[in-house]
Amino acid sequence: MSTQLLTYLFVGASFALYIGIAIWSRAGSTKDFYVAGGGVHPVVNGMATAADWMSAASFISMAGIISFMGRDGSVYLLGWTGGYVLLALLMAPYLRKFGRFTVPDFIGERYYSKTARMVAVVCLIFVSFTYVAGQMRGVGIVFSRFLEVDVETGVIIGMAVVFMYAVLGGMKGITYTQVAQYCVLIFAYMVPAIFISIMITGNPIPQLGFGSEVADGSGLSVLQKLDSVLTDLGFSAYTQGSKSTIDVFAITAALMFGTAGLPHVLVRFFTVPKVSDARKSAGYALAFIAILYTTAPAVASFARLNLVDTVHNTSYEQAPQWFSNWESTGLVEWQDKNNDGVMQYSAGAANEVKIDRDIMVLANPEIANLPGWVIALVAAGGVAAALSTAAGLLLVISSSISHDLLKQTLMPSITEKQELLFARMAAAVAVCIAGLFGIYPPAFVAQVVAFAFGLAAASLFPAIVLGIFSKRINKQGAIAGMLLGLIFTFVYILYFKFISPELNSAENWLLGISPEGIGFIGMLLNIAAAFAVSRFTAPPPVEVQNLVDDIRIPSGAAVAHSH
Amino acid sequence: MSEQPQHHSVENPSPQDHNDQKTLTTQNAADYWHTNLRLLAKLLTVWFVVSFGCGILLVDWLDQFTFFGFKLGFWFAQQGAIYVFVALIFIYAWRIQTIERQFGVDDDEGSL
Repeated sequence: MSTQLLTYLFVGASFALYIGIAIWSRAGSTKDFYVAGGGVHPVVNGMATAADWMSAASFISMAGIISFMGRDGSVYLLGWTGGYVLLALLMAPYLRKFGRFTVPDFIGERYYSKTARMVAVVCLIFVSFTYVAGQMRGVGIVFSRFLEVDVETGVIIGMAVVFMYAVLGGMKGITYTQVAQYCVLIFAYMVPAIFISIMITGNPIPQLGFGSEVADGSGLSVLQKLDSVLTDLGFSAYTQGSKSTIDVFAITAALMFGTAGLPHVLVRFFTVPKVSDARKSAGYALAFIAILYTTAPAVASFARLNLVDTVHNTSYEQAPQWFSNWESTGLVEWQDKNNDGVMQYSAGAANEVKIDRDIMVLANPEIANLPGWVIALVAAGGVAAALSTAAGLLLVISSSISHDLLKQTLMPSITEKQELLFARMAAAVAVCIAGLFGIYPPAFVAQVVAFAFGLAAASLFPAIVLGIFSKRINKQGAIAGMLLGLIFTFVYILYFKFISPELNSAENWLLGISPEGIGFIGMLLNIAAAFAVSRFTAPPPVEVQNLVDDIRIPSGAAVAHSH
Repeated sequence: MSEQPQHHSVENPSPQDHNDQKTLTTQNAADYWHTNLRLLAKLLTVWFVVSFGCGILLVDWLDQFTFFGFKLGFWFAQQGAIYVFVALIFIYAWRIQTIERQFGVDDDEGSL
C-alpha cells in the first residue's frame, strides 16, 4: 500500500474514532457540557489534560526549536512542565473545592465583583484565541504536506470534526476524545524517536540514547560529537547557551506561571470528582506530558546530528530522498552560492542550506528510512495534537461567553436549557472564527505566542493564587493588579514586536528581558499592586473570607455531614 | 466514584451546618492549613532549586560534572528537572492526604 493511501486510512480512521466517541458521550446538561458532569477519573482526566496541553507546537515544532537553540531550548522544556507543579500544589485542589464551572467564576466570586469577572473573561478570550490561531496553522501544515490537499480543505475538514465533538459533546465529549488523541499522538511521537535512537546510538530508549555514545566507533557521546561538529561549522556549541542568564530565567518563569494561568488547563481540574483527585490528576497529566517532553530534546539532538551528517558536504545529486521530498514544500532550501554542486551547511554567510525547524519531527521518519505506516502515523499524530488543543480552547471560549458573559452578567434569567443552547452556539461561532484563522493565518501568529503566556502569567495566575492564599486581597487590589500586569505586559510586547521591531534587541530591553519573558515582570507588578492597593482599602467582606476558609479545606462535606 | 453529598454542600454552602462544630473544625482547619503551607514551602524550594537553580543559575558550574554521559547542568535543564517535577506532584498528593486524615479534613468517602 502506498504511503499516501496509508495516511488517508490512518487519519480517516482516527477521525471516525473521535466522532464515534463524541456521539457516545453527548452532553445532556450544562454540567456535562462545562465540566463533563464532574465525574472523570483522575487518570483519564490526566491523559485528556496531557492531550489538551500538547499542541501542534509541542508535537511538531518543539523538538525542531530545541534542535536549533541547543541548551537555550531548555526554556520551553522547563517552562511548559514546571507550571504543572504550581497547578497541582497551589491551584487545582482549591479550584476543585470551589466547585463552579469556569475560571472567571472563581475570580468573580472571590473578588465579589462583576468587573473582576469581566477582566478575567477578556484575558481568557484573548489568550485562547491567540492560541487557537496557532493550532489551526498546525492542522493546515499537516494536511498540506501529508494529505496533499489544499490547506483550506484541510482546515475545513479539521473544523468539521472538532465541531462535531465539541459542540455536541462539550467537555464530556472532548475529554473522552482527548484520551484517544493522547494515545495516537504519543505513539506517533515515540515510534520514530525510538527508531532514530537505535539508528544513532544503538539504544532503544531515546532518553538514555541522548547521553550514550554515537554508534560510529568514535567513542564520543551524542552531545560531545554534536558540540564538536557544530563548533567546526562555526555554530556555538550545542550544550552552551547564548541567551543571557536573566533572560533565560525570565522566559522560563513567564512560561511556567503562564502555563499555570492558562484557562483551558485550569478548567480541566473542575472535572474530577474530589479535591484529592485534582492533585493526583495533575500528577498523571504531567507524567503523560513528560513522556513526550523528555523525548523531545533527545530527538532534537539526534535530528541535528543527522542533519549535519547527511547534508553537509554532500553533493546535491546524492542528497537524501527526504531532502527533495521536503524541498517542494519550501521548508528546505538549497542555494549553491559557490557553484560547486555540493551543499555546505554552516553558520554565517557561506551557509547554503535553509532548514525550517518544523520539519525536524515531521521529516524524522523519512530521515530514518522508516516504513510508510510510520509516516502515516506521524500525520495522524500531528492532527490529533492540533485538534485536541483546539477543542479544549474552543470549549473555554464558549463557556466563558455562555456562562460568564450571558448567564452571570447580561441575561441572568435564562434557563439551563437556554444556557446550554447558547454554549453550543458560542462553540459553533468560535469554531468558525478559528477556521478563518487557519485559512487566512494572520501574519503575526508567531509573534503573538509570547502574548498568550505572558498575559496569562501577568493577569490570571496572580489573581487566582492570591485569592486562595491571602484573605486580605480585596476587589480593588485584584482588579488593580490584573489591569497593571495586563497593560504593562501588553504594551511591552506590542512595542517591541509591532511598533518598533527594529529596537527588539537586548540593549533596549528592560533589565535585558525579552518580550517573551516580560510576563514574569508583569506578574511581579501585579502582585505588588494587589498588596499595595488592598492595604489601603477595606478588607473583603466576611462571606468572602469564609469562602476562602472553605476552599482551603478539602472536606467541606465532612464538616457539614459528619455528625 | 458516585455523586457524593459533598457536591451539594460545595455548591450550596449552608452556614448552619458549619456552626454546629465550629470550635473543633476552626482549630483543626487552621492547624491543617499551617502544616500544608510548611509542606508547600519545602516542595516549592525543591521545585525552584532543580529548575531555576540547577537548570539555569548554576548550569555552567554544574556542567563540569558528568552524569550518565551528560554534562550535569545540561541534564538538569533538559531531563532531570522534569522527572523531579513529576515526583514532586505525587509526593505532595501522598503527603497531604496523610496530613488531611490526621486533622480530619480529608475527602475520603470512608471517613464520613
